[in-house]
Amino acid sequence: MPSEAPAQGGPVLRLSGITKRFGALVANDGIDLDLARGEVLALLGENGAGKTTLMNILFGHYSADSGAVEVMGKTLPPGQPGAALRAGVGMVHQHFTLADNLTALDNILLGTEPLWKPGLGRGAARARVVALSRDFGLAVDPGAMVADLSVGERQRVEILKALYRDARILILDEPTAVLTPQETDALFETLRRAVALGLSVIFISHKLHEVMAIASRVLVLRHGRLVGAVTTTDTDRHKLAEMMVGAEITPPAPSRATPGAPLLVLDRVSGPGLRDVSLSLRAGQITGLAGVSGNGQGALADLLSGLATPTAGRFEIAGNPPGAWSPRAAIAAGIGRIPEDRHRTGTIADFSLTENAILETYADAPVSRSGWMDWTHARQRAEGIIAQYDVRCPGPQTRIRLLSGGNMQKLILGRVLGENPRVILANQPVRGLDIGAVTYVQNQLLAARDAGAAILLISEDLDEILTLSDVIHVISAGRLSPAFPRGTMKPADLGQWMAGHGFGDHGNEEDRKTGQGDKGQGGSNAA
Amino acid sequence: MTEIAEILLTASFWAAVLRIASPLIFATMGELICERAGVLNLGIEGIMVAGAFAGWMAVYSGMGLWGGVAVAMAAGMFFGALHAVLTVPFGLSQHVVGIGITLLATSSAYYAYRLALPEVTSPPRIEPFQPVDIPGLSDLPFIGPALFSQTPLTYFAFFTVLVVALVLYRTPLGLALRAVGENPAAVEAQGLSVTALRMGAVIVGSGLMGIGGAFLTLSAFSSFFFEMVNGRGWICIALVVFGAWMPGRALLGAVLFAAFDALQIRMQQTGLGALVPYQVFLMIPYILSILALILMSRRANVPAALMVPYNKGER
Repeated sequence: MPSEAPAQGGPVLRLSGITKRFGALVANDGIDLDLARGEVLALLGENGAGKTTLMNILFGHYSADSGAVEVMGKTLPPGQPGAALRAGVGMVHQHFTLADNLTALDNILLGTEPLWKPGLGRGAARARVVALSRDFGLAVDPGAMVADLSVGERQRVEILKALYRDARILILDEPTAVLTPQETDALFETLRRAVALGLSVIFISHKLHEVMAIASRVLVLRHGRLVGAVTTTDTDRHKLAEMMVGAEITPPAPSRATPGAPLLVLDRVSGPGLRDVSLSLRAGQITGLAGVSGNGQGALADLLSGLATPTAGRFEIAGNPPGAWSPRAAIAAGIGRIPEDRHRTGTIADFSLTENAILETYADAPVSRSGWMDWTHARQRAEGIIAQYDVRCPGPQTRIRLLSGGNMQKLILGRVLGENPRVILANQPVRGLDIGAVTYVQNQLLAARDAGAAILLISEDLDEILTLSDVIHVISAGRLSPAFPRGTMKPADLGQWMAGHGFGDHGNEEDRKTGQGDKGQGGSNAA
Repeated sequence: MTEIAEILLTASFWAAVLRIASPLIFATMGELICERAGVLNLGIEGIMVAGAFAGWMAVYSGMGLWGGVAVAMAAGMFFGALHAVLTVPFGLSQHVVGIGITLLATSSAYYAYRLALPEVTSPPRIEPFQPVDIPGLSDLPFIGPALFSQTPLTYFAFFTVLVVALVLYRTPLGLALRAVGENPAAVEAQGLSVTALRMGAVIVGSGLMGIGGAFLTLSAFSSFFFEMVNGRGWICIALVVFGAWMPGRALLGAVLFAAFDALQIRMQQTGLGALVPYQVFLMIPYILSILALILMSRRANVPAALMVPYNKGER
């Protein structure tokens, strides 16, 4: 069992000279890392900087090309998660590793008992899980099916899995990406209790304020290399950001909006996943939509994209109800769509940039005439987008799957903005992009706003919403909050709405589903 | 209609139902284990043929009947191992591999039969399993001759369902099996080997399919002939879906299908049989199976990772 105390003073974990290549890409380049007992170490870096790869090597999901992992002074055999678990390393993956068809308890038990034992010993295990939940402030019903749990609850099950195995080192990979601010606070409370009990934590993130709030030390990764190691008392968010990007950062500074007429109006609209939603998108204004993922953002985006039709309520575009509502009708009505998942719905991976550039206009003149494609025109259009939006690529005939996320998004942006849309649906437009690309995309959206477009910005990143939006709505369980003008709401206030509070009417069923905020707080107050 | 009621009230009908159900139960449990672990085993039809032949050949060559069952299981496990290697570590298409295994196992069995017995025209017979009465229970009126005068392999089939259910729901191994078919990443993150679990499930499941085939030659009939498995393997794949991947419900499905089958044979002898071509009766169990499948599979919880190969370290 890993519960014996580590040698006093020595690091509980040491990575030395870790190098890992995927083909030509060097994901980790000679990385050294020491973790002391009872500390929270943050691993900071942009997407693709190599944070997750490094932790997957530590946990044995990947084998490093060179370098060693030592836990409590003993070298771990490479490529064996079982060995890492036995040595006391617990990992909370960004994409949870839970089986939906099992209960929370069974997921925690999985792999902890010898396979050939006749019984499962669920009774004793349940008692232990309940005790751990109480000690660490992790409220979960052990008997609930994982399929029925909210995202926040699933994360707590993941943490309990590690604690149940007496983990001494907890690795959390982007743990706050899916949480409300209240749930994040509860998670931090849990982590503080864990380090107080002598555990050590590695916290992977690209959110600077969270790193400043929870970590004592920060390691910064860039392009697979360790580029900085600082204590949080000696640095600030701005310095960390520059270390992470390796360049000066100038965040977008939106000017005051001059809202015009409402271009798209929803009045008490219901539909699949939406209930009584009233929304007005005005020209020259960015309307931000905050919320925990899966609360109806997708349903609203589908509605505006023409993929879904309302079942009740009034729906108007530029003052008129649309006729037969379909994706083509949405495009014809001047709605530009930046989809949530650029790989799945935004592009066709094996199509060229040219083909992807005309996905929405291929059937119309001048791209096609009397049923025949005009490829010369299509290529010119792609070349135009490539030049104007600075898409880095070998040429318009390149298959789009070879492009980075940022360049792919620039092509989509060009495809959408090139049509001069009156309404822009920007669904997670900067998710997974480097800071440079983020700034670029956000500035383009602001420019489109100033040119008179009505923009709906859907994001799970509250900072992004607060920075860019002129008015903010919160969506929870398919219901929409009133519009809050810029500057009237603090993150914590929005968090209350995100957790499902404030909507008043409509029964408590949904509060239970989405309102983990109150449960999490209850847990943290139980100390 | 009264003729159907009369059929249903005879003990011999119910005895036939359990007999017809037995090979289906073995093979359905085998397929269920494979699919719970995330591997669709379309080799089932051929593995049953191989089991039927290997078991029969072993007994014909002088082995005991239980020795024949063991040989049939080993033959099933051999083809199961081949399937497992190709689909699990190599991650090949489970459809293509499964159909390939069915073709390979079937033709291997026929080929071996012809090699071993080049001259015979009518299939030679062996002495098959005989019905065993269970003291006390077999003397009960109606129920005794209906349920408790079966060959040992039939009792063994029902016992297998109990074991599969207990292992699946009451042991750490079963927990790991159910998890590996739903989310293999969860299994790996808990330090278990996805490859070992899936390969083990396919090999053991294929062994059960082999026993299911051997039931035909060692218990139901006494010789091996071509086309004797006759699509039973495919029926078992449907029975797993019908049972929503749960052993108890799959057993129910096997018994229900066997009942339709036993019923249609007997209906051919009735007055109706003189009017309607017998092929219509042969269709009945399949038509009813399709209907039942449509009704039952709507809310089925198919294992989420079924037919999805798992490649460690892939992003």
